Amino acid sequence: MLADYSILLIGAILVNNVVLVQLLGLCPFMGVSNKLESAMGMAMATTFVLTLSSACSNLVYHFVLLPLGLAYLKTIAFILVIAVVVQFTEMAVQKTNPMLHRVLGIYLPLITANCAVLGLALLSIGKEHSFLQSLFYGFGGGAGFSLVLVLFAAMRERLAVADVPAPFRGAAVGMITAGFISLAFMGFAGLV
Amino acid sequence: MTLLLAQYPLFSSLLILAGLAAACGALLGYAEQRFKAERNQVAVADAVNNLLPQTQCGQCGYPGCRPYAEAIAAGEAINKCPPGGAAGIRALATLLDVKLLPLDKEHGEEKTAPLVAFIREDECIGCTKCILACPVDAILGAAKQMHTVISALCTGCDLCVEPCPVDCIDMVSPHESLQTWRWQLPDPSSRSVDIIATDNVLRAAQRDRAA
Repeated sequence: MLADYSILLIGAILVNNVVLVQLLGLCPFMGVSNKLESAMGMAMATTFVLTLSSACSNLVYHFVLLPLGLAYLKTIAFILVIAVVVQFTEMAVQKTNPMLHRVLGIYLPLITANCAVLGLALLSIGKEHSFLQSLFYGFGGGAGFSLVLVLFAAMRERLAVADVPAPFRGAAVGMITAGFISLAFMGFAGLV
Repeated sequence: MTLLLAQYPLFSSLLILAGLAAACGALLGYAEQRFKAERNQVAVADAVNNLLPQTQCGQCGYPGCRPYAEAIAAGEAINKCPPGGAAGIRALATLLDVKLLPLDKEHGEEKTAPLVAFIREDECIGCTKCILACPVDAILGAAKQMHTVISALCTGCDLCVEPCPVDCIDMVSPHESLQTWRWQLPDPSSRSVDIIATDNVLRAAQRDRAA
């Protein structure tokens, strides 16, 4: 039981990392990784949304869509659920931590458009996870996203002061670096 | 329900989706109501903070401009900011729709011209006390080394003048260079002087008609 969940977590964080292996959520990965602080805030908010939306999608799928035979509506229903969860998260962050809300700014509502959120919810349904499994799967995906976002932000802070050849400066070298990290993460394949 | 679904699949699935959306909307509306008061206060504090001069001088009795803005949003008086002066109070009164107050003299006087701190460098003993006092990190130096003020960053709050043990900090008007020089605006009292040529022609025509 415990082993099952830890395998699910490790699989979601390292082996099937949402950004580097499944190539989902690349927009915030490139967009918010310029500064370590905002990357950490974004990572926390996204993890929260991923966990919650994955679980809520599972509930909606199993208690509303499946009994009515409307499984084909899952994509649009999940988009609805994700939008609500993000909006709720924004309210909660603004109430509990106004500083974080100012730091995240526009990126918080943009989590709605983060395809990793919808992608994980759909993948979780595809793998026929139970409620608890989808909760762990969402959290694992979020933790994996956080891990690579923070790693990449730390790397980009060093890249900012590195002597990069002029044609590769800025986003170009970021893309190349992301490719290398992605290659490195391929080493985890076959771990579980 | 399943009967309805079998008969009108499109219509009923739309209905279900709409119901789901309505449930989610109700949930969000409830959350919005619960968080409303504080959201408003944060928005007001943001707007007030944009109007404050960001000198971080602490003359209002708060540790910086943002805390004072939050206090104003919570009902504090608007006339405690000397660097903002009368113009700042007018802007705040317009924003918050409250009565215009004169500047509270208890918190300091409004300065007529912007000043920056200047360290007489041969007298500086390198005690770092002014560095600790500076709210915007505009003083450069290290222990037992000479300090100096980065005048572009200095907000003229004169918090560094008082801690200096050898009194080597002056408040001076900022040095004018080619980068900082601007045309002087015409003195408002001299607006009666004719500076628009067509006005002159008009007035001359009136004078002619009178004569």
